[in-house]
Amino acid sequence: MPRKPVPRKKAPSRGAGPSARKPAAPRRAGSPANVEPDTLWKMYRKMVEIRKFEEHVWDVYTRGWMPGLAHLYIGEEGVAVGVCSALRDDDYITSTHRGHGHCLAKGARLEPMMAEIMGKEAGYCRGKGGSMHIADMSVGNLGANGIVGGSFGIATGAALSAKTRGTDQVAVCFFGDGAANQGLLMETANMAAIWDLPVIYLCENNQYGEHTPYQAVTGVDKIVDRAQGFGMEGVRVDGSDVLGVYEAVKRAVERARKGGGPTFIEALTYRFRGHHVGDAAPYRTKEELEWWMTNRDPIELLAREMRRQRVATNAELNEVQEQTEVAVVDAVEFARNAPYPAPEQAFEDLYAE
Amino acid sequence: MTQPTKTESTTRQLSFREAIIEAMAQEMRRDESIILIGEDVGPSGGIFKCSEGLFDEFGHERVIDAPISEAGYIGVSVGAAMTGLRPIAELMFGDFSLLTMDQLVNQAAKIRYMTGGQCKVTLTVRLTMGAGRSSAAQHSQSLHALFAHIPGLKVAVPSCPYDAKGLLKAAIRDDNPVLFFEDKMMYNDVGDVPEDDYVVDLGTAVVRRQGTDVTLVGTSSMVGVALEAAQQLADLGINAEVVDPRTLFPLDTETLVTSVKKTGYAIIIDEGVQRYGATGEIAATLQEHAFDYLDGPVLRIGAADVPVPFSPPLELPTIPDATRVVEAVQSLRVR
Repeated sequence: MPRKPVPRKKAPSRGAGPSARKPAAPRRAGSPANVEPDTLWKMYRKMVEIRKFEEHVWDVYTRGWMPGLAHLYIGEEGVAVGVCSALRDDDYITSTHRGHGHCLAKGARLEPMMAEIMGKEAGYCRGKGGSMHIADMSVGNLGANGIVGGSFGIATGAALSAKTRGTDQVAVCFFGDGAANQGLLMETANMAAIWDLPVIYLCENNQYGEHTPYQAVTGVDKIVDRAQGFGMEGVRVDGSDVLGVYEAVKRAVERARKGGGPTFIEALTYRFRGHHVGDAAPYRTKEELEWWMTNRDPIELLAREMRRQRVATNAELNEVQEQTEVAVVDAVEFARNAPYPAPEQAFEDLYAE
Repeated sequence: MTQPTKTESTTRQLSFREAIIEAMAQEMRRDESIILIGEDVGPSGGIFKCSEGLFDEFGHERVIDAPISEAGYIGVSVGAAMTGLRPIAELMFGDFSLLTMDQLVNQAAKIRYMTGGQCKVTLTVRLTMGAGRSSAAQHSQSLHALFAHIPGLKVAVPSCPYDAKGLLKAAIRDDNPVLFFEDKMMYNDVGDVPEDDYVVDLGTAVVRRQGTDVTLVGTSSMVGVALEAAQQLADLGINAEVVDPRTLFPLDTETLVTSVKKTGYAIIIDEGVQRYGATGEIAATLQEHAFDYLDGPVLRIGAADVPVPFSPPLELPTIPDATRVVEAVQSLRVR
C-alpha cells in the first residue's frame, strides 16, 4: 500500500534580509555561581588573550605582515573557553577555519601561534599550515580544518580510538552553522550514536555561513533540533555566557567519560568582525552588530559576573587586559623576527618514515 | 621415538582472497591497535568474503560493521589513525571511494604535512578494482591512478596471492595512508603463499619473466595479461620481459628502467582508463630515464576511454587483453 503523502509544512520565510532579523540569542542573564574563583580568572584571562590575539592578527594582516587569509574569532570567545575549560589536556578537539580561539583555549602558546600565522619556521606547523591549519597534538588539538565540516570524521574517529583503547578521553568537534548543513555530520553523528562514542558535536552558530544568514539555508529554526534525528541529546546554550557553555559541556563530558555517548550542543554566538579580515560584512545591519557587541560580549559578561561575585575589581580586570596586551605584542615581535623556512623544507613532513 | 623436526616455512596454495584474510589475521594477532571497519565486514564476512572468520576471532570491537556511510567511516578511520589506532578500512567497491575523496585527499593525505609532521595517519584502505563481471559503470572502475596522483598517499596494486599477503602486511605496518587495490576478478586466483610472516616492501618492483626483446610493464591483473601475451610472443620468436611494479607510489623506477635499457622497447598495460592514467605516467618516466636506450615509442594499453558498459560484448573489449598486447608488440617491429 502506498504511503499517504505527508502534507508539506509551510516553508518559513527565508532570506528575508538582515534588517528583518532579530538577534537570536537567548537573553538569559546570570550563570550558576558554583564555579571556583580560580576558574573564573582562568577563563577571563583566556578570553582576553584570544581577543587581544585576534585584534593583533587584524593589525598584522592589514599591515601586510602575514600572507593568506585570517578569519577572526572576536565575539565568540565564550564558546571556545567555556568548552575547553571543561576538558583535560589529553582530550581531543578539532577546530575550524575560524580556529585561533579554539587553539589558544586548548593550550596553544602565543609565539608559535603567531609565527605560524606569519608563515615562519617557528610556527606550530613549521609554516606549512598557516592560520587555517594550526594544530598542537601535544595538547590534543588535532588541527583546524580548511574544509567546512572537514573534521567531523577526525573527531569522531578520535572518540572511537579512545573507546577502543579503553581510555576515558573525549573529543570535541567544533563546527559552525554552515558546516551543520554538510552531509558528513549526519554520517558521523549516526556512528557516534550507534557506538556510544565519547564525542561532543559543538555547533557554533554565529548566525552567518560566510555571508548568508543561517536561517536562509537551514531547514530548522534551531539547529539543535537535528540532534534528536541523530539519536543523541541536544542542548542549546548562550555562547556569550562562558559559564553556561562550561556547565553544559561539563555535563556532556562527564556522561561521555562514563560511556554515555555523544551530545550535540548548539552555542548561539556572533562574530564581531566580517567572515575574514577585509570583509566589511555589508550583509548585516549596524543595529544587529551593535546589539550583540553591547549586550552579548562574552568578556564583558564574565567581567560583570566576577564583579558581582566580588571575585574581581575593575582595576584587577584592567590589569589582565594590559598584561595580555604586552604578551601578545611580544608574540608579534617574536614572530616578525623569526626566520622563514628554507625552501627545501617544502619537501619535508610529507611521509612518515 | 623421534621428535618431528620443524620444517621450513610451510607454503600452501591459497587464493588471493585467503591471502588477504591471512595477512589481516596475522597482523591483528600481532598488533592490538589494528581494527577492520567496513560494510558487512563483520559476522557476514563481507560481500567478497574477504573478512571471513575475523569477526569470530577478534570480536565486534575490532571488526566493525559500518553503516553505509563511506565518507563517514573513512573519516572516522582517519581520526582513529591519528590517535593511536591502525585501522584497515574496506571499501566494497573502489567506485565508492569517490564518496570519500575529501576524507582521503583533503584530510588523510595532507594532515601530517600541513601540521608540520605532528602526526602519522596509520591507515590502510582496502578497495576493489577491475571490470569483467557485468557490474556496469559504477561497480567496475579501476581508480588507482586517481590516488597515485595525490602527494601524501601510497598505492599498492598486488597481482598475485603471494604479494597480496606480503604487500598488505607492509601497507598495514606503514605509518602513512596506503590505498590497497584488489582486483575482484582475482579473488579466486590461487598461488603459493608461505604460512610464515613475510613482508613485500612497498616500492619494490619484480621481474615476473626474464626476456630480451621488449619490456611489458603490467599492474594488478594486467600482469597476468602480460604473461599470457609473453607466452604467445614466444611462439612468434619474441622474448618479452614482464615487470610488475607492485606499487604505483612509491614507484620502483630503477627496476623498470633497468629492464627497458636491456630490451629497448616498452609497453605499459593497466586497467585504469588510458587517458591521463598510470600508463602515461610510467611511459613518461621511462622515456625520461632511458631515452637513449629506446628503439621505439613507449606504448600505452589502458582500458577504453569510456565508462564500463554492462553487456558482455560491450564490456569485455574495453579491458586490455593479451591479443592487444601482442598486436602492440608486433607494431613496434622489435624483431
